[in-house]
Amino acid sequence: MKVSFSVNGTEVSGDVEPRTLLVDFLRNDLRLTGTHVGCDTSQCGACVVHVDGRSIKSCTLLAVQAEGTQVTTIEGLADGDTLHPMQAAFREEHGLQCGFCTPGMIMSAIDLLQNNADPTEKEIRDWLEGNLCRCTGYHNIVKSIQTAAKSQ
Amino acid sequence: MYRFDYQAPDSIEAALAALRENDEAKIIAGGMTLLPTMKLRLARPDVLIDINRIGSLAGIAEKDGAIVIGAMTRHADVAASKFVRDRIPGLADLAEAIGDPQVRNRGTLGGSVANNDPTADYPAGLVGLGATVVTDTREIAADDFFTDMFETALKDDEIITAVRFPIPKRAAYMKFPNPASRYAIVGVMVAEAPHGIRVAVTGAAPCVFRVTAMEDALGQDFTSDAIASIVVDGAEFNEDMHASAEYRAHLVNVMARHAVAAAG
Repeated sequence: MKVSFSVNGTEVSGDVEPRTLLVDFLRNDLRLTGTHVGCDTSQCGACVVHVDGRSIKSCTLLAVQAEGTQVTTIEGLADGDTLHPMQAAFREEHGLQCGFCTPGMIMSAIDLLQNNADPTEKEIRDWLEGNLCRCTGYHNIVKSIQTAAKSQ
Repeated sequence: MYRFDYQAPDSIEAALAALRENDEAKIIAGGMTLLPTMKLRLARPDVLIDINRIGSLAGIAEKDGAIVIGAMTRHADVAASKFVRDRIPGLADLAEAIGDPQVRNRGTLGGSVANNDPTADYPAGLVGLGATVVTDTREIAADDFFTDMFETALKDDEIITAVRFPIPKRAAYMKFPNPASRYAIVGVMVAEAPHGIRVAVTGAAPCVFRVTAMEDALGQDFTSDAIASIVVDGAEFNEDMHASAEYRAHLVNVMARHAVAAAG
C-alpha cells in the first residue's frame, strides 16, 4: 500500500505492507534509527514519537495508519547544532546512561510539558508510566524534565 | 506480524459494508489491545477495518441530562474534557488512570468497551453509571451489554458509535492497579445515578458485575461505614500471580469504601 505523511517537516512516502509498523518504516525505510524498538509490546516506550503533536508508541501503530499525519521523531527536535531544550536538559542533568530509552523519554517528556508546563515531581513520575529505563533509576530523568520545564 | 489486508473507510456505512464482506474482518479502533494481540497470534483477522478516519465517531457532547461520548474518543480526551470533569469527575478520573499517556493518546472508549477485557476500567464505568451503548442499529443498556469474559452483546456486523452516560448526582471510581500494566486488579465505580445507587466491579471476576447488597445499603445510608461489613463471595473470582481470589474479594470492599468516600 502507498503511504505518505510528513516526518520532521519533510513529506515522505513509501510502499508498505499493511502489517508494517510505523517504527519499522521509520527505522528501516527512512533510516531514522533514533527511534528505538525495546519490547515491541507497547510497554517500554523506547519507540515513542509524536503523531500530530501527541506522543504515541510507534510499535503499536501501523505505518498505513499514519497516512496524512505529521510525525516528529527524536531526529526532528534539534535546530542544527542547537539541541532542543529537553535534549539540552537531559545532557545537563545526566539524564541518561546507556541511552537506549532516551529518545522515547525525551519525546514523552516533551508531550508532558505541552500538557502541563509546570509538573510536580509526582506528575512527572506518573507521566513516565509508559517509559522504562534500566540504568538511572529515573532520578536524573525526572531532574532533566524539571530543568527543561524551568528553562521554558 | 502475519499478513493481512487493510481498509480505512470514511463512513460508518462503508465500514459496515466492509465488515459484512469478510467473516474474518475485524474493526481496529485505537489498536492498543488488538495490535499486541495480533503480534502474539491470539487474534488473526484477515482484514483490518480502520475506523479512525470516521470523524463523526469522536467527540463529547451533553444531551438531555447525559454526556454522550463518541466511540472513537481517546481516553486522553475524556480525561482532559472540562465537560466530563465538571459533570462526571469520576469518569474523567477513570479515563486518566488507564494504561500510560501513550495508550491514552490512542486507546478509545468504543474499543475498550467492545473488547470487554475483564480487567479494563470502562466496563465498571459504564455499568456503574448506568450508561447506554449506542450502536449503528440500536441502544443497549450497559447491564445487558457485557455478557462474559471478552464477550459482549455486540453482533459481528455491528459498530459502537457512542456511549451515553446519564449525569449522576455523585460518583467516584477507585482502582487497585496492577503495578506493571495499570489494568485493574480490582476497580469499583460507585454512583448515585438518576435511577438509583449503583456499585460496579471490574478486575475481580471474569466479567464486570454489580454488588446489589452494597447498593441497597448505600440507598439507606451513603457512607463507607454502611458497606464496611458487606463481604462479596470470591469463589468464582480471578486468580493470578498478582492477587488471589480471596485478596480480590477483600479489595472489592476496600475499593468500594474508598469510592463512596471520594463520591462524598
